[in-house]
Amino acid sequence: MNFDSGLPIYMQIVDIIKTRIVTGILKNGEKLPSVRDLATELKVNPNTIQRSYGELEREKIVFTQRGMGTFVTEEKSILDGLKDTMAREKVTSFMEDMERLGYSRADIPGIIEKIIVEGK
Amino acid sequence: MENIVEIRGLTKRYDRKEALRSIELSIEKGKVVGILGPNGSGKTTLIKLLMGLLHPNKGEIKIDGESPGIHTKSVISYLPDRNSLYSWMTVKDALQMYQDFYQDFDGKKAEDLLQFMKLERTMRVSDMSKGMKEKLNLALVLSRRAKVYILDEPIAGVDPVARDQILDAIIDNYKEDSAMIITTHLVRDMENIFDQVVFLGDGEIILSGEAESLREEKNMQIDDLYKEIFG
Repeated sequence: MNFDSGLPIYMQIVDIIKTRIVTGILKNGEKLPSVRDLATELKVNPNTIQRSYGELEREKIVFTQRGMGTFVTEEKSILDGLKDTMAREKVTSFMEDMERLGYSRADIPGIIEKIIVEGK
Repeated sequence: MENIVEIRGLTKRYDRKEALRSIELSIEKGKVVGILGPNGSGKTTLIKLLMGLLHPNKGEIKIDGESPGIHTKSVISYLPDRNSLYSWMTVKDALQMYQDFYQDFDGKKAEDLLQFMKLERTMRVSDMSKGMKEKLNLALVLSRRAKVYILDEPIAGVDPVARDQILDAIIDNYKEDSAMIITTHLVRDMENIFDQVVFLGDGEIILSGEAESLREEKNMQIDDLYKEIFG
């Protein structure tokens, strides 16, 4: 796996796991892969995975049970918040792209609507 | 955290030419360190000094608290940059040699690694491709319960499949109580396994630090940084 952006790898892995949670590949309360298994899967140093899990734990998206492993939280408010944050990030970056193309923010809803109608 | 390797003011000259100049480097247990630099930058000289095969003109090296010698050789497992096995040997002979030579050799681990690398005990070194030889050498080196693993260009000149197997074997055999020092100029393929990187150019450390901190600070991957420094 190649990590192409300039971000540290542990942050890119945090994003990968968040996406897996939001898209349901990892369910609420489900156990995350062990640090070693994910290190092998993504071909990165286990210390990097450990750091990603630490960051996710700090954000209260996962929790660790001693001797059992790391689990996705079951708190709905946190998971809803995660989904909302990721949606906002996507939309913000989309709007920045549109602005680079020369559209104003006010133009954007009309363009989206037009494309949705055409797609029907 | 405990430093398993300490290098202070290390200088090595060949005749008049300085191959290494005032190298400073500390390596903690549990860390994987990439020594990055083009050919002729001093990587192999540094490793030969760590192995006690060369003596420094100035400065000192401490490995597990001691200068390179009998003790340090017993705690370092070393993968040279070329095949170190005799061509008449079979995989079985090579296993036996390691078993006889090294007290810390783990036969069970070697079996697992050979199976993972898809190497049969009856295969002969002389019949092996470059990738297969590299896999066999690496399997033997990683089967020792060493405190320091030194891998000199472990993926140079091997095909992509063997390269992936080698990377997987290195990741799977990461140990919290030992350190790994890996030299490479194939930065893109290996950068994700390094905790710490050292850019070596013309015998000097041009830049060193934690890989993740450097990515954050420079806003680029280590491979891009390498190209910026040496390109």
